[in-house]
Amino acid sequence: MNKRLIPLIVFLVLAVFFAIGLTKNPREVPSPFIDKPAPAFRLPEVGNPAQTFGPEEMRGQVWMLNVWAPWCVSCRQEHGVLMQLQAQGVKLVGLNWKDKDREAAALLARLGSPYLSTVDDLDGRVGIDYGVTGTPETFVIDKGGIIRFKQTGPISEEVWKEKLEPMLKELAR
Amino acid sequence: MIPEIGHFALVLALLLALVQSVLPLIGAQTGNARFLAVARPAAQAQFLFVVLAYACLVTAFLQNDFSVRNVAMNSFSQLPAVYRFTASWGSHEGSMLLWALILAFWTMAVSVLSRRLPEDMAARVIGIMGLISVGFLAFLLFTSNPFDRLLPAPPDGRDLNPLLQDPGMVLHPPMLYMGYVGFSVAFAFAIAALLSGKLDAAWARWSRPWTTVAWTFLTMGIALGSWWAYIELGWGGWWFLDPTENASFMPWLAGTALIHSLAVTEKRGVFKSWTVLLAITAFSLSLLGTFLVRSGVLSSVHAFATDPARGAFILGFLALVIGGSLLLYALRAPTMLGSARFAAFSRESLLLANNVVLVSALGSVLLGTLYPLFLDALGMGKISVGAPYFNAVFVPLMVPVLFLMAVGPLTRWKGASLPDIVVRLRLAFAVAVIAAVAVPLAAGEFKPWVALGVGLAVWIVYGVALGFADRLKHGGNLLALPRGFWGMQLAHLSMAVGIVGIALVSGYEGERNVKMAVGDTAQLAGYTFTFKGAEAYEGPNFHAARGHLVVKSASGSEFTLRPEKRLYNAGGMPMTEAGINYGVLRDIYVAMGEEIEPQVWTIRLFYKPFIDWLWFAAALMALGGALAASDRRYRIALKDKAAA
Repeated sequence: MNKRLIPLIVFLVLAVFFAIGLTKNPREVPSPFIDKPAPAFRLPEVGNPAQTFGPEEMRGQVWMLNVWAPWCVSCRQEHGVLMQLQAQGVKLVGLNWKDKDREAAALLARLGSPYLSTVDDLDGRVGIDYGVTGTPETFVIDKGGIIRFKQTGPISEEVWKEKLEPMLKELAR
Repeated sequence: MIPEIGHFALVLALLLALVQSVLPLIGAQTGNARFLAVARPAAQAQFLFVVLAYACLVTAFLQNDFSVRNVAMNSFSQLPAVYRFTASWGSHEGSMLLWALILAFWTMAVSVLSRRLPEDMAARVIGIMGLISVGFLAFLLFTSNPFDRLLPAPPDGRDLNPLLQDPGMVLHPPMLYMGYVGFSVAFAFAIAALLSGKLDAAWARWSRPWTTVAWTFLTMGIALGSWWAYIELGWGGWWFLDPTENASFMPWLAGTALIHSLAVTEKRGVFKSWTVLLAITAFSLSLLGTFLVRSGVLSSVHAFATDPARGAFILGFLALVIGGSLLLYALRAPTMLGSARFAAFSRESLLLANNVVLVSALGSVLLGTLYPLFLDALGMGKISVGAPYFNAVFVPLMVPVLFLMAVGPLTRWKGASLPDIVVRLRLAFAVAVIAAVAVPLAAGEFKPWVALGVGLAVWIVYGVALGFADRLKHGGNLLALPRGFWGMQLAHLSMAVGIVGIALVSGYEGERNVKMAVGDTAQLAGYTFTFKGAEAYEGPNFHAARGHLVVKSASGSEFTLRPEKRLYNAGGMPMTEAGINYGVLRDIYVAMGEEIEPQVWTIRLFYKPFIDWLWFAAALMALGGALAASDRRYRIALKDKAAA
């Protein structure tokens, strides 16, 4: 074989991979938790540790578990959208993930809280149960306590309009 | 009205680019002089219309015309004018138009500066660059029109990503693109040479200054991007091995190899096929970088909106340009064999070694960048490749390059005596080893990587000094030495400066994350930081808290740092502006975290020894490139050629 063909062949192999890569979304990490029951937990509430919360309290409702952290820039980005969702009556529960500096309560007091309840996952164990890889991540959980969808990355207005809102409407039926 | 003029100018530019490519290429194959003569005026007219289109886009941004989607998505009425201007390339559409503009600029430059080239060669080069213009202008018009209207117009824009509102971002993209796109000239010369079969020393000589200029711009562009990341991201880092950073680094490695390989091809007439392949590779990697960033096949901090249609278009274009060039290479390159011979130890063989290692390093970066994509495509899971891989593979590959850097320029063409070189560099080796041991010990802690870095740097500096001594052996004036020689030595010297910076900052940097109330102090690397509080202030399009820290060094000198935490009015995105005290031997770097309670903040403190040597190295390297490209022998050589 002509060795001058090698660069061309290498390139063609690369091009095939690129073509396959185009059909995939690198940011979408598949979650093995979809269509499985949301793992149970009981954690103290941020700012009010005497009060605790567990997912079973939300049975019969469609809700979203939003994993966030005060040190997370993208979480701040979606904060405005979450506030709008709360105003529309969307039920959000916050999981304050690995907040080692204990900043969450002050931050929510300053910026306003979009959550029905925010719980404190200081050592990140509940995060592990949910397969959390980073913040923000948001789980959509149906009336029966089954995880139906996982949004990785901030909820923008587009994500809400195109993905989450139709899904929540469907599940609420 | 103005956006429509811009759109129309783009359509005309596309038609002109078609004329600029088709007629001259046909003319060059058939010897039709009238077709050949079309090349220059068509290229210059295409440039004018792309400039017009770009001016229309800038006008829309400066006038806050939010009926243009691109402006509405990427600008804001409160945005300062300079950032409204830079917002014109802050979006996907705008940055692609900048690509097309810079390509048109380089083509125009070739059309003006190619008077001494044979007519068919110039026509082919301009024609090939025209084909690339056709691809990019069609891409803009069919998938990414920057002049799309948004009706009804929103009352205000969404603002430029606050990360991009930084002085470093004013120059980084144009510089980077000048480099990326500049490699299209060397590429076009290589393809023209393959088409004509005239792959000779003259071809290499024409390509050299263009390649060096593009490489110089790319060097500055990469350095500005790194500096921006350092001051803007608030983590004190200067290189993140992000796929997009790698995308700009790979053409730089290929370009560096090409500069060296072109030198051999010009002087000795060998490695011709290899040089052609490198010229194709350097520009292909520029295109590939554009594809990787624009198509969204890899996730990266350089987030632009992604759209599968765009990715498919660029991939198709990539297949045509790169696949076509490599096919042409496979068909035509074997007919051109070099005839000159050289010994196993000679400047040729050392430059060959340089090329082999640089290309291996390039391959390692390419593999690391694309590996997640390979695995994902094969359905083998999602991973990301980070610093441990690059440190383990790339860094060891660079060691021989740096070692040979001192040897190569002292070695003669054709054949040299290895024992002679060993004798000459004996002392250099001893000095390097002593420095490698002494400097880390003086710094307080022996670290092998620091020792290696310092040793290599001293080794290179000694080699550069010997190079100058050789040239001045028989008297002569330092300033009268050719600019090409100065350029090479400065570029090599800059590598030594850069390695010292990298080695010392990686070895001895310090970092603390502290919680500070007013009056609290913290210690880091012999410096005492006292927090004096934070005050609120209003910027043009953001409000901010500005911290006030007094820093006292061990020797008693004192300075003030004012890091900021900004919240941008549109979108409410928080940003840090680090407070930095620059110094030749160290930077003191402070970034604000969160306000936990009123006037109690988390604050990140950094001690960054020798980090400014990195930017200084980049400046020195760019100066070397500029000197080498302006060497008068290129102009004289071209004159001789014209006279002959």
